[in-house]
Amino acid sequence: MSNLFIPIIVIFVIVYGYFKKINIYDVFVSGASEGFIMVRDMFPSLLAMILAVNIFKSSGVIDFLFSFLKPIFLFLKIPFEVLPIAVMRPLSGSFGLALLNNIYGIYGPDSFVGILSSVIQGSSDTTVYIITLYFGTIGIKKIRYALWVGLFADLFMVVVSLIIVPLLF
Amino acid sequence: MINKLWVFLIIIGSSYLIINGRFDVLNREILGSGKVTLDLIIQIFPLISLWLGIMNIAEKSGLLDKLSKLIEPFLVKLFPDIPKGHESFGYISSNIIANVFGLGNAATPFGIKAMKSMQSLNVDKEVASRSMITFLIMNTCGFTVIPTTIISLRMLHKSENPSSIIFPCIIVSFISIVFGLIIDRLWAKR
Repeated sequence: MSNLFIPIIVIFVIVYGYFKKINIYDVFVSGASEGFIMVRDMFPSLLAMILAVNIFKSSGVIDFLFSFLKPIFLFLKIPFEVLPIAVMRPLSGSFGLALLNNIYGIYGPDSFVGILSSVIQGSSDTTVYIITLYFGTIGIKKIRYALWVGLFADLFMVVVSLIIVPLLF
Repeated sequence: MINKLWVFLIIIGSSYLIINGRFDVLNREILGSGKVTLDLIIQIFPLISLWLGIMNIAEKSGLLDKLSKLIEPFLVKLFPDIPKGHESFGYISSNIIANVFGLGNAATPFGIKAMKSMQSLNVDKEVASRSMITFLIMNTCGFTVIPTTIISLRMLHKSENPSSIIFPCIIVSFISIVFGLIIDRLWAKR
């Protein structure tokens, strides 16, 4: 089912564009050229995060600091490795991506941990960043309950992933 | 916040490695991180470009506008404080559609315009209005149809089925966005 998703969207968009008589080839090319700008802008922050994440993860200090949480995770049958991704996801997109890269490298992208981390990363956004950016731009100082509801929804998303992923894989 | 976090990770990680005498690991991670990042970027680049090309067709052919118009009636229910027919609805729906199709960079300008037009309706200009919070909750739940970067990353690590995560991601983010909106409603009514 997931395999059909991308082809359907791609073909539908192309056929739709063709019948709307736009200059479809040029429009595709000019859109694709923006990809370069996007990855160029991504590189520095991703580099910063990969440096920090790789030093932190390969040091083994996570096991040392959070070993007291391990029995709880084991009891609930939750892979311990998803904790950093779940905690860091609302803070920074590059950070989550760096962690995901690390997890895929160790466990493989099709392992249970790999899938679970992908879903957690893919089903949420950088809550803290979005709230700071948008309210900052228009000069709002009192954000009221915005951050709490956002983070609460993120926590709920992690719980839902933990239920849905084992059901589907 | 990110500042402190970044320094914290590097300092804690490297001190732990130094205490344990594992200088080789530390050295390898520092020197190797550039290469790891570049591999990742190179892998993400083609799929992002392809997707931005396809989505440019969707935008220029008016398909995205059409989808935005389609969701507007639902938004009227979600934002009871905004008068019917107000310009905010146009910006909000464009922002949501751009986000759904993974066009984060295109979504942000619409999002800022949406916030500005909601600010014009706001009574106290320094306090967030209820509509603004609802709008941001919809944004932070990150409802996306195609998570291009994650699929690219899965391809880099030779996944057997890189797009297998699309369906669970849609279900999970849909449930969490509904939950977020319910909590938002309840909280606003307190």
